[in-house]
Amino acid sequence: MIFTLKIWRQKNAADKGGLVTYKVEDISADSSFFEMLDMLNQQLIAQGVDPVAFDHDCREGICGTCSLYINGRPHGPLKGVTTCQLHMRSFNNGDTIFIEPWRCGAFPVIKDLIVDRSAFDKIIQAGGYVSVNSGGIPDANTIPVPKPDSDAAFDAAACIGCGACVASCPNASAMLFVSSKISHLALLPQGRVEAQHRVQQMVSTMDSLGFGNCSNTYACEAECPKEISVVNIARMNREFLAALLFAEKEKQISFSL
Amino acid sequence: MINLNAGAPKVPLAEQWATYKAGCKLVNPNNKRKLDIIVVGTGLAGASAAATLGQLGYNVKAFCYQDTPRRAHSIAAQGGINAAKNYQNDGDNVYRLFYDTIKGGDYRARESNVYRLASISPEIIDLCVAQGVPFAREYGGLLANRSFGGTQVSRTFYARGQTGQQLLIGAYSALSRQIAEGTVKLYNRRDILDVVLVDGRARGVIARNLVTGEIERHSAHAVVIASGGYGNVFYLSTNAMGSNITPAWSAYKKGALFANPCFTQIHPTCIPVHGEFQSKLTLMSESLRNDGRIWVPLDKADAEKLRQKKIRPEDIPESKRDYYLERRYPAFGNLVPRDVASRAAKERCDAGYGVGTTGLAVFLDFSDAIKRLGKEAIAARYGNLFQMYEQIVADNPYNTPMMIYPAVHYTMGGLWVDYELMTTVPGLYAIGECNFSDHGANRLGASALMQGLADGYFVLPYTISGYLSGEIHTPSIPTNLPEFEEAVRNVNDRLNRLKNTNGSESVDHFHRKLGKIMWEYCGMSRNEAGLNKAIGLIDELKKEFAANVNVPGGLKEYNPELEKAWRVQDFIELGDLMVRDALQRKESCGGHFREESQTPDHEAMRNDDEFAFVAAWQSRGSGSAPEMHREELNFETVSPSQRSYK
Repeated sequence: MIFTLKIWRQKNAADKGGLVTYKVEDISADSSFFEMLDMLNQQLIAQGVDPVAFDHDCREGICGTCSLYINGRPHGPLKGVTTCQLHMRSFNNGDTIFIEPWRCGAFPVIKDLIVDRSAFDKIIQAGGYVSVNSGGIPDANTIPVPKPDSDAAFDAAACIGCGACVASCPNASAMLFVSSKISHLALLPQGRVEAQHRVQQMVSTMDSLGFGNCSNTYACEAECPKEISVVNIARMNREFLAALLFAEKEKQISFSL
Repeated sequence: MINLNAGAPKVPLAEQWATYKAGCKLVNPNNKRKLDIIVVGTGLAGASAAATLGQLGYNVKAFCYQDTPRRAHSIAAQGGINAAKNYQNDGDNVYRLFYDTIKGGDYRARESNVYRLASISPEIIDLCVAQGVPFAREYGGLLANRSFGGTQVSRTFYARGQTGQQLLIGAYSALSRQIAEGTVKLYNRRDILDVVLVDGRARGVIARNLVTGEIERHSAHAVVIASGGYGNVFYLSTNAMGSNITPAWSAYKKGALFANPCFTQIHPTCIPVHGEFQSKLTLMSESLRNDGRIWVPLDKADAEKLRQKKIRPEDIPESKRDYYLERRYPAFGNLVPRDVASRAAKERCDAGYGVGTTGLAVFLDFSDAIKRLGKEAIAARYGNLFQMYEQIVADNPYNTPMMIYPAVHYTMGGLWVDYELMTTVPGLYAIGECNFSDHGANRLGASALMQGLADGYFVLPYTISGYLSGEIHTPSIPTNLPEFEEAVRNVNDRLNRLKNTNGSESVDHFHRKLGKIMWEYCGMSRNEAGLNKAIGLIDELKKEFAANVNVPGGLKEYNPELEKAWRVQDFIELGDLMVRDALQRKESCGGHFREESQTPDHEAMRNDDEFAFVAAWQSRGSGSAPEMHREELNFETVSPSQRSYK
């Protein structure tokens, strides 16, 4: 197969950047999107041109390292698939393919197609955990968890932190990412204890990092490679409201003491 | 000859760990915060260790090459994690898990470490559940288990086909909590290019900031390597593209011994190779073998027609199928251990019965299971795997059998460590896949996650305190010591050499070539002539690399080709050591099949009289051959038997 690629090249965070056109030939329909880019890079190296930098690691759709807008869509044309699991058979011979980095103020470009997503780590550090130490833990079967709750928690926990939700959102909102963690832990008795504190901390950190708000376009759910549901956002909003009320009550109690 | 003594307490096996903990020296909380620890890698072992050491109050610096700790390759483990909980009441206990692990490793692992691993396993599950890991549950709300990869009890805990991901997110959350509390400082997008020794003790590392290209010095009272395995020496493997040997290899070059480098695991159920341009292999969880039946055509003519796509697998009647694992191993059938299943697949394909366009594939068929249990039940168990398969191969496994072939998946060899997980360099520890300690010559399914978390959460935090209790009078280590200056100079020299070679071949060219040599001569089956040939080929490749590699881009910028060049150069050196190790081990054991050592019916033949030892290699510098030392394996509790799955 033959393709014309229009790829975003940007030397570093300070560089302005722009689209550059390349041609690739002899691409097998069975090769993955990244194997196609590997071949382009081999071509560029042979020509003495700096190869295109892109983020990738496991190449089996689970680590969440890969990104890319492909023809304007995060992770390309297929539903429920990361870029690394996309194959060239999903394109037509002779297609022109636009390849760009995630575009969001909270994810600055590092080089070419690579962006800095450490804002996600900061949100998790704000409370995306259960505060337990490695020791003195009761037996795992001490607290039964209803299977539907456990399954729903799993569905939310399947998030790979790739950032496609932010990339697809017209407001660059991180709400699907944040709500998946909120839901995962709030649905389990182990995470319930800190749920109210967690939601407040994570939401305020999210806001402070420059992510936008949710206006219910549901683009995040449509583009999420793990098909995380927007139901999680509703759950997060409910948790957040409840936590606000709880915080008020707590203030009153401590005042009356 | 270095005297390799593991140093486990001299009491009966079952009492060793309790005895050790009772006598272990502790560090006062006031002193802990004055002690610095470097942890290299944030997979299950590294993240769990860094988080736990942070909880204890040490000053931890955690390093990873990924953009965030949550992406370490532990995340890709699918199947599950073993623990001797006996929740199913099917006769499991610590001893049985220990025994299965020792036996599965073909009696090439150390009893004391393996017993400890088995005894810690239940605690891991308790902790993970408390962290919010959503393990599979039964309708009654209690945890579900499955039997996995050749065991006769159901002791494997799992989270759909994403167990590694969920466990890693648990460890990453715990790590994030410590980062927020300030006890762990995270350095992401860093490659560790050297380990710094001062007066013979590990005192720091040299890191390259992958974004800016800056060379950084970091010092500590102890250094923990948790950098994972070296499967990428084969170029094509199931490892992540970035997985590399470099931190462990710099430890080796600084004097730490490297044990059993040739012990690599070839996983039987991967998606077959389909072309030259292929960059990596994808694993299909071993759990598929619980319900899938493996077969090839009984007639070579049918195999040929399948390869030419003249017929479909469904066209071959039951009587013309060879379910070769069920035929050869009636007791275990499709659930024989990984090495046995892999070798049997290779044997059939080499004999001309392979399918797929390359002839290097066998069928994994779910039609019987779908008939028996219904499509829905199969979808609930393996839905995401089937989907992944369809995405890659464009074939629907509900309707037509999957095709699979063995691929490199895990490396049992690694840095030699004692009972305390310390290498032969004082203050330098190795945990998780990068050490050699628990899996012998073959790892059982669902044991890698168990070992990574056992080492990080429950073993290292105890054992390192014994060493650090002797360090409380050592002030923090300055990074302007001559040892750091020299290490930085060496790193810069090597980077400059790579950059300025200006050859004509890309790094990938050399990596692919190395992979072919390793797979051909040091893969599933090996012989003396081939191994000797490989030594010569690797030596040529090493010289060719030094003379003709082409690394574009600059030193002080984001430069993935430069990263790869350093890693591949280390892999070439490691390849040489692996081949030497394979050459000296003139026996078949575990995943390592030596053609000169087989029974009349072509099963692997172990040689306990001559080879019941750990081969630990010492670097003698780049000019000379490495020296081998032995740690004799004394089996006091189990008596080694030839494995039989018939």
